[in-house]
Amino acid sequence: MSSAAAGSSRGAAGPAAPAKRETFSTRRLFILSAIGSAVGLGNIWRFPYIAYDNGGGAFLIPYLVALLTAGIPLLFLDYAVGHKFRGSAPLAYRRLHRVAEPLGWWQVLVCFVIAAYYAVIIAWSLMYTLFSFTEAWGDDAEGYFFGSFLRVAEAPGIGFTYVPSVFFPLLLVWIAVIVIMVAGIRKGISRANSILLPLLVVMFVLLVVQSLFLPGAAQGLNAFFTPDWSALADPSVWAAAYGHIFFSLSVGYGIMVTYSSYLKRRTDLTGSGMVVAFANSGFEILAGIGVFAALGFMAQAAGAGVNDVVTQGIGLAFVAFPTIVSQAPFGALMGVLFFGSLVFAGVTSLISVLEVIVAAVQDKVGWGRIKASLVVSGLVAAVSLALFPTATGLYLLDTSDAFVNSFGITLGALVTVVVLAWFLRKLPLLSAHLNHVSTIKMRRIWMVLVAGVVPLALIYMVSSEFISKISTTYEGYPEWFVGLFGWGMAGALVVVALVLTFIPWSRTSKAHDDPEYQSMLDEEEEETAR
Amino acid sequence: MTPIAITMMIIAVLTVWGGLALALLNLKRHPEDEGALPKEHAPEL
Repeated sequence: MSSAAAGSSRGAAGPAAPAKRETFSTRRLFILSAIGSAVGLGNIWRFPYIAYDNGGGAFLIPYLVALLTAGIPLLFLDYAVGHKFRGSAPLAYRRLHRVAEPLGWWQVLVCFVIAAYYAVIIAWSLMYTLFSFTEAWGDDAEGYFFGSFLRVAEAPGIGFTYVPSVFFPLLLVWIAVIVIMVAGIRKGISRANSILLPLLVVMFVLLVVQSLFLPGAAQGLNAFFTPDWSALADPSVWAAAYGHIFFSLSVGYGIMVTYSSYLKRRTDLTGSGMVVAFANSGFEILAGIGVFAALGFMAQAAGAGVNDVVTQGIGLAFVAFPTIVSQAPFGALMGVLFFGSLVFAGVTSLISVLEVIVAAVQDKVGWGRIKASLVVSGLVAAVSLALFPTATGLYLLDTSDAFVNSFGITLGALVTVVVLAWFLRKLPLLSAHLNHVSTIKMRRIWMVLVAGVVPLALIYMVSSEFISKISTTYEGYPEWFVGLFGWGMAGALVVVALVLTFIPWSRTSKAHDDPEYQSMLDEEEEETAR
Repeated sequence: MTPIAITMMIIAVLTVWGGLALALLNLKRHPEDEGALPKEHAPEL
């Protein structure tokens, strides 16, 4: 990762030879990077609770159904678009059809918002990795996190009271991430994933083993795995399964389109995708076991039931886990393993989110790798550092996360699928591409799933989110705040996406000057003629 | 742990990790086109 300069040779090839598109040097590195992207904070802090809350062991059935009927088909759709049209999200959609370009920009902007706040959680985790040694939170993990550590203001708003204990670790996270981004696909992203992902797995397995030996672990696992079969008759449980799968697999917002555009022409897309999808789910199951074993211990120590201590997200990571770390034997080790895992899982996801933006700017403006990644990452870092490490940052993070998930990722995925499948009718073309290069063939069933099941599930999710967010002001925050940073932000993504589409592509951009893509098209034509 | 929780845990682990094992096996059976691989790259890659 230190050899950033070496990555420049490609970008600075000179005007005579246009820079070739970067590629993952092997299929294995692509798979590692795609898994690194999919395995994120959600696998660790969201899945265990969702499964527990939606039928426990019985949740496995809707979960697997959602994975096979929506998650994997949508993953293959992203792969097909990125690989066939060999571009960042806006370029790939533009090559698919001119009218589809705004979809790509929408996804790029969603990534901008996500990257800005996602880095903040990594910074907190970094600090908590250190805090694990001293148990800085004492006996009041909750009070420490919101009070002493984040110094959360009493009311939501936008303030510029900076919190140094968040600002500086966040700065550190951004410097590390910018170094990775500047180094490029092979020397940066591939290398980071090939080091961090195995490390994450080893650390997490150790954490699970340690948790399983804690007293009360069995009680936690009982709570997690005991099936409530009646949940299967509840539509909201099925909706939760589809919702979780969409977020977990990192589909529908440009990441997989971008990563697959860096694959060589002859790469087994569906075979690789199956490994990515099942590895992501495998990690989630592992997380469920580890988290609930630890929660079982916490419940026993408190003389309470598991249902009294169960939680997710920030509450799980920064309130429940510190409490467990304080009580467990070898707690410091457990804290380092847990928070270190959050850092590594977060970084490998963050770089994939940033790559969507970097690739889009590179393609549109025709900049080289170093310039594009410095400007883009620098800009996102500046926004992130200006808005989030403040006393009001948590409110902003919470609101932007909720709205970008519902009306950025989910609505964006819905519009993309409907446009591709129903208006442009490109599924036969994409399915033919998948079959041309892959081992697991996509037949009519794939098109039925992408054009039917996926949009139905997404419509249900978007409409239920819309109803819940319109009926009460989100979290009881002030209306102007939610209006501006929730609804306003989500609407602005669409408007700015349209504006970006109308800005002309630079003469030196890949849309005008891409001999590599042209020769690939010629080859394909020759093959068809034969 | 209760028998039903153990059973569900085993089923969950077997289906998901079994799925991963099958996916890896399928990929192994169809190795990458060696001719397309670069001749030199860093050892950890």
